[in-house]
Amino acid sequence: MRVAVQMEPFDIAVEHARLTQNRTDIGAVASFVGLCRSDNDARAVSAMTLEHYPGMTEKALEQIVREAQARWQVLDCTIIHRVGRLLPGDGIVLVLVASAHRRDAFAACEFIMDYLKTRAPFWKKEATNDGERWVEARESDDEAAARWLSQR
Amino acid sequence: MDIRILYFASLRERLGRAEERLTLADGTTVAALIQQLRLRGGAWAEAFAEGQAYRVAVEQELASLVTPLGDGQEVAFFPPVTGG
Repeated sequence: MRVAVQMEPFDIAVEHARLTQNRTDIGAVASFVGLCRSDNDARAVSAMTLEHYPGMTEKALEQIVREAQARWQVLDCTIIHRVGRLLPGDGIVLVLVASAHRRDAFAACEFIMDYLKTRAPFWKKEATNDGERWVEARESDDEAAARWLSQR
Repeated sequence: MDIRILYFASLRERLGRAEERLTLADGTTVAALIQQLRLRGGAWAEAFAEGQAYRVAVEQELASLVTPLGDGQEVAFFPPVTGG
């Protein structure tokens, strides 16, 4: 697996090539890219700053990947999460999951995002016209994560 | 036993502190530590009041109220996470 927490932008084509090079056992690569939007809860967002817990962040992401590997066939996986100051349109997070077949790739990818959203120590602060404010965690994210307790 | 405590994001801003070191009695649990922090009053009592939503990590793993603390360990308090 490749897990990175970094300020620099990621390039999905580069990461995809890295994940699949010299392999012919991969039949499916599912991907997710999270992006910074310019509106959230009816407010115009001009910038977003991502804080994290250095040390725990990488550990938490690796743990999430291991859980995905235990549940589905995951031949390889890449998670890149950016931190620092981002602008609307910027990529925040990239998840790539490689499997032999698409069902496991899609499921593992969705699972990883649901768990990342509720367990990885990142916090977003938005800059709006009314000043800066911390983004609140959503109940829907907890519900999404809980869904996996009873699913394969 | 000595522990190091880290505070993140909005919790850090509320408390006005990013980190500190404390000496605690052996076997102190997370719950007992929180009780001690509440006794500081003011922002501490508010931030750690019953019903407030925050998370705890011990040695960089999510922990619970009953998790016991050990000498030299790192404890972190933070709001519910919002990454991704």
